[in-house]
Formats: sequence, C-alpha cells, structure tokens
Amino acid sequence: MNMVSYEPYVTEDGRTIGDAVMELRNITLRFGGVVAIKDISFDIREGEIRAIIGPNGAGKSSMLNVISGFYTPTEGEVWFEGGKRPPMRPYQVARQGIARTFQNIALFSGMSTLDNIMTGRITRMKSSLAAQALWWGRAQREETEHREAVEKIIDFLEIQHIRKTPVGRLPYGLQKRVELGRALAAEPRLLLLDEPMAGMNVEEKEDMSRFILDVNDEFGTTIVLIEHDMGVVMDLSDRVVVMDYGKKIGDGPPDEVRRNQDVIDAYLGVSHD
Amino acid sequence: MFYREAGDFKTSYAADNQTFPIRLDRYRYLAVLFAAFAVIPFVIDDYWANAIFVPFLIYAIAAIGLNILVGYCGQLSLGTGGFMAVGAYACYKLMTAFPDVNIVLHILGAGFVTAAVGVLFGLPSLRIKGFYLAVATLAAQFFLVWLFNKVPWFYNYSASGQINAPERTVAGIPVTGPNTEAWAQYLICLVFVVVLAWMARNLTRGTVGRSWMAIRDMDIAAEIIGVNPLKAKLTAFAVSSFYIGIAGALFFAVYLGAVEVGEAFGIQKSFLVLFMIIIGGLGSIFGSFAGAAFMVLLPVLLKNLLVGGMGWPTDLTAHLQLMIVGALIIVFLIAEPHGLAQLWRIGKEKLRLWPFPH
Repeated sequence: MNMVSYEPYVTEDGRTIGDAVMELRNITLRFGGVVAIKDISFDIREGEIRAIIGPNGAGKSSMLNVISGFYTPTEGEVWFEGGKRPPMRPYQVARQGIARTFQNIALFSGMSTLDNIMTGRITRMKSSLAAQALWWGRAQREETEHREAVEKIIDFLEIQHIRKTPVGRLPYGLQKRVELGRALAAEPRLLLLDEPMAGMNVEEKEDMSRFILDVNDEFGTTIVLIEHDMGVVMDLSDRVVVMDYGKKIGDGPPDEVRRNQDVIDAYLGVSHD
Repeated sequence: MFYREAGDFKTSYAADNQTFPIRLDRYRYLAVLFAAFAVIPFVIDDYWANAIFVPFLIYAIAAIGLNILVGYCGQLSLGTGGFMAVGAYACYKLMTAFPDVNIVLHILGAGFVTAAVGVLFGLPSLRIKGFYLAVATLAAQFFLVWLFNKVPWFYNYSASGQINAPERTVAGIPVTGPNTEAWAQYLICLVFVVVLAWMARNLTRGTVGRSWMAIRDMDIAAEIIGVNPLKAKLTAFAVSSFYIGIAGALFFAVYLGAVEVGEAFGIQKSFLVLFMIIIGGLGSIFGSFAGAAFMVLLPVLLKNLLVGGMGWPTDLTAHLQLMIVGALIIVFLIAEPHGLAQLWRIGKEKLRLWPFPH
C-alpha cells in the first residue's frame, strides 16, 4: 500500500478521523482555453465531512465531477484508497464505491421512489439476463435482499409514505431526499453531495443537515459537501477547502478558514488600490 | 366497492412486488388466460383467426419488443419492419436448412439472429440520441429490406423472390403451411405471447429494467450511479430485437405463409408498431397489448360498420381509417402520452375508491 499516513486528526468537536481515502494531486482541468481548475491538491480523510466552498464559478462542481469520473483532469492525479486511479468511466468509478447527488435534481422521474433507490444498488446486482427474464433463483433472491437494504434507507430518510409514488410528482424537498437515498443505497465509501440544501427552507435544511450528520455518524461514510449556506458548512464540516477562480485559496478547519484573509477577500470582495 | 386492496395485506417483499398486487386483478388475469387457452381454441374459425386473433397476438409481441426499446429504454427506433424481416428470413433459412428440427426452435433461433442484428444496428445509439438515432434505425429498415430483395441466397434463389413457409408440425399437428387449422395457428402464437409477455414483465421489473428506465429518464445520472450505458442500451436493443424477430418469424411462417419483403415488412410496418405503442402506452406491457388490439380491431370495426352496415365505399373507409389513426396519435401525444394503459390505470384508481369519495 502506497497510502500516505497521517497523524490521526482530531476535530474541533473531539472526533478522530483517519487516513486519507482520496488524494487529489495537482489537479488541473481545462476546457479549450478556459481553466476551470488550476493546480489544486487536497485530501479527503476517512470518516470526515469535507466541505468545498467558494463563490459561483469557482470550480467546485467541476472538482466534484473530476472526483466522480465525469471529467478526466487535464493534468494531475487522483489517488483513491492508496492507488492511483487510471482514467475511467463514471460507472466504473461508481463501482469503486463513490456515489453522488446533483446540484439540479437528477432523479429518474418516471420511476417510483422505491425503484429509484433500488437503482442505486445496481453495482451490487449480479444476476444474469436469463435469470431475470425467468425470474429464477438468483434474480428473485437478489430482488428481495436488496429490497430489505433499500427499506432500511427508506426508514432512515423517513420517506415510507412515498415509497410507490413516481418521483416526478414529489415536492422539491422530498426529491432531494430521495436523491440522497439513491446515493446511499450504493453504500458508498465516499459520498459526494453537490449543494444538497440549495433552494430549501430552514426546516428542510435542518432535516437535511441531520441526515448528513447521521449518515456520517451511523454509517461512517466519508462525505464531500458543496454548499453555499455558510452556517451549514461551518456547523457540519470537519475541514473546508475554499476555491476561487479555479484556485485553492484556503484549506483547514472551519474556524481557521473563517479567519483566513484571502477567504474573506474572496467572499466580501476587496478594494484594489 | 369490490375492487380494492383493503384487507389484502402483504407480508413479504416478494408478495408486495408481484405483478398484480390487487386480488381482483389476479382473478381477472387468470380468467383471461383461461378463456384464451380453454375457450377460444374451440370456437375460433378461419375468419376470426386471420382477421383478428393471430395478427393481434403477433403484433402484441412486436409491440412489447418495440416498447422495451422505446418505452423503457428511451431509444427511438423506426427499424421494426426491417427487424421483423430479419426474423422472417432467418426463420425461413433455418426451416429450409434444418427441416428435421422443430419449428419452435427455428422461431427461437430467428429471434436470436435478429437480436444479434439488432445489437449491430444499436451500436450508433452509444453516440447519438433522439431524432438522429431514429434516422439511423430508419437506414437499417431500408438497408435490410433492400438486402433481402437483392441477395437471392436469402430467398433460396426462388423465381418469384418470395419466401414460402413449408409445412411444419408441432406434436404432429401442422402449424405452418396450407393445411394449418385456425386453432393451431392461434395456439402457437398464444403460447409465444404468454411466455414472452411474462418474460418482458420480469425483465422490466428487475435490475435490467431499472437500468433501462434510468437511461431513459436521465442518462448522465444513470451512468454516475453505476449503470453501464453500453450494456444497458445494447441489452435493450438485443431483447427488443429478439421479440421483434420472433414476431416477424410468426408473421411469416404462421400467419402469412408467403412473404414478399417490401410488401410485408416495409416502412409502414415500422410505423404501425410504433403507433401501437404510442396509442397503447409507452413503457407498459399492458399498453402493448392494448395498442395492438386497437390497431388490429379498428380497420375490422370500421369495415364492418361503414362498409357492411352503412354501405360506404371501401376506399373511403380506408382513408377514414388513416385519418382516425392520425388524429388519435396527435390527441394521445398531447393529452395522454402514456396512452390507453394510463387511461386504464386512472380508471382503476377511480374504481378503488368508488362509490366513496375518499
């Protein structure tokens, strides 16, 4: 194992988080002449909630897309669980145990809540086409086993009442919750959340924050979170990466980042004189 | 009042997951199966078999096949006629090359050959979507029809360029050729329909069905949660073409007996089956049956009503039929994109409460 080992890191609220699960080394992402991400390095450690913040257009979502394999970085390396990740398609990245939600809801609108979350387990389903066609042996067994796991997630997210409702008919807040459920269904090692609280009211934000903390606590899932609500970020996250114009301008625990002059400048603006 | 699930509690996930969760639906389904297998074969005559039942059953298979591709996986195809032709010609070649093998195996073999051809023509779907894919499959339609016309090997160098189904039997009873009786024709199609519909239902409610629908609803998200788009699309093309190939084989061997490719499997056939699933309901097995029944029954009904009943000229009736189908497709696309199947579902929802308001 070529994993870089760290001293165990103790968070402000006294929790201990472990080794690096993922390391991003000198990531640069260019689209033609546009540089979306410029030479960014940071790590994500086992069991932490890692926030990425920054003004609009800073490259946060691009960063998440690099991690989830949707973009291949122009330069730089992605190390996951101690190994350098070769260029791969998003579905292969999913198989490695990385799941995500989207900034704009990307649910399968024609399918029920249950089917959406069941689809999240697709990387774990192995039965052959023939077995499925005949509803034979493994296919049937798998369906029931995975249904049990999915029902646990449905209970956890308190969405039992909409189990069989087509997700297209659900209100926004619930759709966000179903999308979280679909990502959780994969039992990911690393969960990427792209603005999970965008467009929510205070109550919905509180619910979502509780779910995120519970996921981190109960399942021990490592979480990368992009969020604009600073209150939420400061309360939830263990460490924060701050981006601006594709560059990293800050990295550290929330309190430290909050006091960082570059970060204050980026968010509040600075007079050029 | 009677149609409801109150008191019908499910105690296992398997029970909750069954095809007909409501008891009355299960009884109705069994009653239909009983009538189809135990009543109709004894009363069917040539007219009913040739005008209604056999074409309905064969089109139902084709419609299920196309629905898997278009309705479940969201890949628009206009190549149905061409793929039915592949099924028909594969079946013909197999029947003449291996005369001792059972016809049922020939028909299944034709399905597998068509599945392979379908995968080949499905490859562009990995790059292109929507209208562009439709045009690519349209090319498949014209290419395949041209191929079967131009290469004499496919029709065994017969002088007419047609293919004729020789007589073949199942358990000693002829099911193809001129000596076939109406009930035998009907029964062999029925068995294929029941088995294939059951398999389609299993596929669409399981893992592969969910991966198809995921690709249909949001392909990028599907890939990011772990659906392999290549596998999902190509299995959809393969399964869909398998069904359409079997429909083509039955259409040629059991129903028509002799086929000229451009006439039987032209572009009209592609549109006919597409209209069936649009009117019947995209993404629904029941809708495939409803659409097939509708498109088979409408001309028969109009003919009996207008030509037989009111003495209208035949050509006027034929034109009227085109107008009705065209108008209906526009109405369905605008008002009810999920077709007759959705109307049926809404009706059932209403019945569950009836006669109480809540």
